[in-house]
Amino acid sequence: MDRRTLQPSLLELIRRTSAELPEDVAKVIRRSKRTETQGTTGRYAMDVICENIDLASEKSLPICQDTGSILFFVTAPRGFDEEAFRKAGDAAVVEATKVGYLRQNSVDSITGRNSGTNLGPGSPTYHFEQGPGARIDIRLILKGGGCENMGAQFSLPDTRLGAGRDMTGVEKCILEAVNQAQGKGCGPGVLGVAIGGDRATGYLHSKEQLLRKLGDRNPIPVLARMEKSVVERANSLGIGPMGFGGQTTLLGCKIGVRNRLPASFFVSISYMCWAYRRQGIMIDSRGRIREWLY
Amino acid sequence: MRLDAPFTEEKIRELKVGDIVELTGVVFTGRDAVHKYLHEGNDPPVDLRNGIIYHCGPVVVKEGAVWVVKAAGPTTSIREEPYQASLIQKFKLRGVIGKGGMGAKTLAACQEHGCVYLHAIGGAAQVLAEKVTRVSNVYLMEKFGSPEAIWEFQVAAFPAVVTMDAHGNSLHKDLLATSTAKLQEIFAEIDKAKA
Repeated sequence: MDRRTLQPSLLELIRRTSAELPEDVAKVIRRSKRTETQGTTGRYAMDVICENIDLASEKSLPICQDTGSILFFVTAPRGFDEEAFRKAGDAAVVEATKVGYLRQNSVDSITGRNSGTNLGPGSPTYHFEQGPGARIDIRLILKGGGCENMGAQFSLPDTRLGAGRDMTGVEKCILEAVNQAQGKGCGPGVLGVAIGGDRATGYLHSKEQLLRKLGDRNPIPVLARMEKSVVERANSLGIGPMGFGGQTTLLGCKIGVRNRLPASFFVSISYMCWAYRRQGIMIDSRGRIREWLY
Repeated sequence: MRLDAPFTEEKIRELKVGDIVELTGVVFTGRDAVHKYLHEGNDPPVDLRNGIIYHCGPVVVKEGAVWVVKAAGPTTSIREEPYQASLIQKFKLRGVIGKGGMGAKTLAACQEHGCVYLHAIGGAAQVLAEKVTRVSNVYLMEKFGSPEAIWEFQVAAFPAVVTMDAHGNSLHKDLLATSTAKLQEIFAEIDKAKA
């Protein structure tokens, strides 16, 4: 892989992720705006959100100033040079920070010092997976801290919620997380949910759900039904855009499943804000962009 | 409605939950590090009296000799709940801009001292950056880094919604109560369907 061609491709991926909402998300936001009543603060919030989406794209600047955790998900063939990729990724992140596509956002947890470059232990984060054929897909999520703080992990059974170790128990946990978040995660949001796994793989899988397009259909019927039910029930809570009150509390919910230990039953929920920054590219063996994935 | 500097207690007490305001004047950014620092008794490097604090960690880039705001939306306010009330009291802050709302301590301080919570639209970094007409100064930049520094912004027609007023009303408190009641209904419905 040629660093000189890969690095600009990654910089362009970061720029576009930070400045432009993927079309599947923007479409649902515009549709939801129309369900909010004119003259309400909920509608006002949706109007400003839509104006902001257009303005960021036009100016090629961050949709939100919290450019978030930088999460790369790479699917590549056998023999792919992960170390070379990390080097190109790190360099692209430093450059993106310098030109303002990314905020200086990486802080030493012990000293509180900001590295100023977005580099540091665990930043950015790279997830590699081996895929079939020669195809190289790079997906990027920029996930802001406000919504990340609204994530939640439940361990079933949960007596307080009256939630047992079954699918209705799972749905109660998800709705409880929405109610706890209120407007603090910059709603209307999208949930990525993982049922099962251990604490770490559960949260990871919940984030992987956010790579799915909003309009897709879950191949597992029981989960497809729950995704629909969660959105309808969450929207009946009346929390609304920004927690101002209104019809739109959630834009979507994506649920995945992992096997669990007999002793554990986790429900892991990642809340994604409306500023759902997710993009992807397919690159060729030299690192040039061949296709945009969203 | 318009809310122009100077931000007098009288003007602030006229505001009610649900009012959409367009704010013009000076605001100071301050988030986690600044709140902790001031709460611990350190003197602010700038006069905050009767001022407005903005929970915001902006992206600001130096172009030649001037600072240019590239993105400047609000950050989650509730993290400052342990500190906010004492700052409102000490500096007679007239407004706190942020997102997500704040708790009982801050609400009580707003009522006692004449302050409001102004909810900006979270994530709307570009719309809000356009309302910053000038970056007058930056303080504590070396100590805390760019997002955590105190930035002095001149803003014009900066949009926000009053969600906590100086009369003890909080939209956040009310909505949480109604949504929680609704959630209990849904849980009962789920249990009934299962039984």
